[in-house]
Amino acid sequence: MLTQILFFFFAACAIGSAVMVISRKNPVSSALWLIGTFFSLAAIYTLLGAFFIGIVQILVYAGAIMVLFLFVIMLLNLGNDYEVDIRGTGWKIMAGGAALVMIALLGRMFTGLPPTGVGAEVGHAALAAQTAERGTVGLIGIPMYQEYVVPLQATAMLLLIAVVGAVALAKRKI
Amino acid sequence: MEHVPLQYSLALSAILFSIGVAGVIIRRNAIVLFMCIELMLNAVNLAFVSLSPYAGVQGQVFVFFVIAVAAAEAAVGLAIIISVFRHSESVDIKNFSLLRW
Repeated sequence: MLTQILFFFFAACAIGSAVMVISRKNPVSSALWLIGTFFSLAAIYTLLGAFFIGIVQILVYAGAIMVLFLFVIMLLNLGNDYEVDIRGTGWKIMAGGAALVMIALLGRMFTGLPPTGVGAEVGHAALAAQTAERGTVGLIGIPMYQEYVVPLQATAMLLLIAVVGAVALAKRKI
Repeated sequence: MEHVPLQYSLALSAILFSIGVAGVIIRRNAIVLFMCIELMLNAVNLAFVSLSPYAGVQGQVFVFFVIAVAAAEAAVGLAIIISVFRHSESVDIKNFSLLRW
């Protein structure tokens, strides 16, 4: 019961902060509300049993990526003299329609999802057993470095190329 | 410990994704658009994590790759925004319509 109450609390926090992200006029307050969404999602990952993902969410998203966003906002001095950038009523109606269509499509897809061979109890028990056997980090690290080595190397290449590209793009003269 | 039903977390994921879509449509500030894209990526991560007890631990491994791609995308995207800002003194996408018909 406590798990579900906590889930609903953090889900309400996540949805509320997400709505604030898209409705605040100042980009700095949007960014701060987005950090709230990331923290609520980290709590929800923890409730779902993905402890390491929850910590990485806080470290990488709420730490590194949001610092990058806030740094760029302040570098370009957008926090002080921002212009209001929310579109008019027609666009808002369109956005609401698009959101409704998206919820309907995703709901259709998720309910059409077969409940999969593994039942809820069995699946959660298996996950808990794996966590107990390999530890919270090993649960993700062992498959990542054994079965998914090639995607891991590809991600490493992608990050290297992105860093070089970001420096080349943002530099005035190369 | 009892667990959260699958429907609830998938519904939360769908709602967060839709809020991100709505944000991309109603905002014109390029940086806020990037934040909405991060919101959508997080919704996908939530779907991966909530399905991982049913489909195996691979879901949690994929979340790592999604986070790495999101970090790369944020770095390159913000570099592009800085260089566009240098050119047109604005991050409003109504000034970025150079490549649109």
